[in-house]
Amino acid sequence: MSDTLAPVQPAQTTRPAWRVRLSRLDHKGSPYAFVAPFFIFFGIFGAFPLIYTFWVSLHDWPLLGEHAFTGLENYQNLLQDAQFWNAAKNTLGIFVVSTVPQFALALWLAVTLNRKFRAQTLFRVGVIIPNVTSVAAVTLIFSMIFAKSFGLVNWVLGGFGVTAIDWAAHTWSSWLAISLMVDWRWTGYNALIFLAAMQAIPKELYEAAAIDGASRTRQFWSVTLPLLRPTLIFTTITSIIGGVQLFTEPLLFAPGAGAIQGGTTRQFQTLTMYLIENGFTRFEFGYAGAVAAMIFLLVLIISLINIWLVRRLVGSD
Amino acid sequence: MTAVVTEPETGQNSKKTLRRKVVESNTQLFRASPLNYLVLVITFFLSVFPLYWMLVMASRTNDEIVQMPPSFVPGSNLGTHVEALFDQADVLFAKSLMNSFIVAGTITVGVVIFSSLAGFAFAKLKFRGSNVLLAIVVLTMMVPVQLGTVPLYIMMDWFGIQGSLSTVILPYLFSGFGVFLVRQYAIQAIPDELIEAARVDGASTLRIFWSVVLPGLRPAAAILGLFTFMTYWNDFLWPFVALSPENPTVQVALSRLSSGYYTDQSLVMAGTLMATLPLLVVVVFFGRQLISGIMDGAVKA
Repeated sequence: MSDTLAPVQPAQTTRPAWRVRLSRLDHKGSPYAFVAPFFIFFGIFGAFPLIYTFWVSLHDWPLLGEHAFTGLENYQNLLQDAQFWNAAKNTLGIFVVSTVPQFALALWLAVTLNRKFRAQTLFRVGVIIPNVTSVAAVTLIFSMIFAKSFGLVNWVLGGFGVTAIDWAAHTWSSWLAISLMVDWRWTGYNALIFLAAMQAIPKELYEAAAIDGASRTRQFWSVTLPLLRPTLIFTTITSIIGGVQLFTEPLLFAPGAGAIQGGTTRQFQTLTMYLIENGFTRFEFGYAGAVAAMIFLLVLIISLINIWLVRRLVGSD
Repeated sequence: MTAVVTEPETGQNSKKTLRRKVVESNTQLFRASPLNYLVLVITFFLSVFPLYWMLVMASRTNDEIVQMPPSFVPGSNLGTHVEALFDQADVLFAKSLMNSFIVAGTITVGVVIFSSLAGFAFAKLKFRGSNVLLAIVVLTMMVPVQLGTVPLYIMMDWFGIQGSLSTVILPYLFSGFGVFLVRQYAIQAIPDELIEAARVDGASTLRIFWSVVLPGLRPAAAILGLFTFMTYWNDFLWPFVALSPENPTVQVALSRLSSGYYTDQSLVMAGTLMATLPLLVVVVFFGRQLISGIMDGAVKA
């Protein structure tokens, strides 16, 4: 591919000089013209807002009126803000409660989908249906299923003699309910990603392992899992980015006037909810910008920890 | 662990039997057991049940919804609820559906065009700095977009377009994922010789893109279009912040429907059903493409 695309010099000298020049310009310039729309829009609506967030976060910036430069004051306040740390705790808590079982289930499901079975497309479509349904709709459906007095979950639990649980009222139960919504949506999607990676593993490796007498379970741990490492890292990072931005599920879990607070005692307010509360309920843009910057930092830190952890757990190459 | 036990002890014969055993165990390894089928059926049930439950509740009256024990078959009031939903003056459900089509549709067209242009350039054209630029494209996928909410809100004020549909279209017209997807596809689907031949014939780059490359990119563009449409049909946070209540998308309308003083549960469920229906239609017709899109993307990423 390397030299096939070298500039083609017109062989005939009969071509007018301006055409040659035009063609050369086309060759040198047009690649930039082709990528320009992406980079122009990314520059205006992607890169600039990101930098501008940091600038805004250095100010006392109300919706109306003057804004004043305050340096790092917002960050100092944020570090002593109990509500911020509460939101951070909730976000990380829900992330762990949802992601750990989700990945285990997704791996299990992927191993199952990797077998030969009938009605393959039907089952695969079934696996992907939750992911394409809208988050808002799903949350509203699950809120009904978890409703205290007439919800399906409490009805089933009632059959076992458990008294009706007010799922949104406690920390543990609200985390559990929200995690279930997240997992319902993402387990199948991740299973398909794992499945794709599993299908790329050469069958000879399993044959060799079997010759060495490795059991199926052993084969999973020693062949499948190590070779899934890049995929695991990729999926975990996407999950982190998604998990830190968790917003719709907790917001609509208990909709109403104070929904943005995530429950009466903020028991399930996430960081993104706290960002939106500061930005668009209190209209303190500067402080909200500082929250955004901290979320960004958090994503970075957890991603790095994750890469290190996956390397440790699954072994290096 | 058990390697010692099965190690061949003598001669060719035992080696052969061992090999046969291994091959057998391998076909077994990839054949589904009854337990596997059970897992698949349970998974399928769990995936579909909440949506079925939505239909049940959307078709039953509020009195029936709160009844104990619940009934598991759809009732007869779906039509009434859908009608009532569209009649609700302060929710503007019909308008919100229309808005969602406009927003998701426009973004899809924009993303597919811009991604095809850039993806083709990264795959097939040589230019200075292309590696750095491609790295930037990949990095844009890692940035949590919602962090830009505050500055975007301020910017829309500068542009003087607060509350309008443009506010939720403009920020989404670029997609790093889209550029990357098209690039990966173009590398293997479009032969260099084809482009070369067109160049020798004196075609300009734009001409080559239009008549040679674009037709070949159609499958990738279709998958990208499907995903983009669904993503922005479902998008919630930014429209929730940016749009005025008089001009909502369907997801924003849903949240308004559910957060009133008196929440009419059957109407909420009828609303979720209407908001989910277009997506289910997409899944029924393009399920196979969606799956291959997700799985191909996974291997390449």
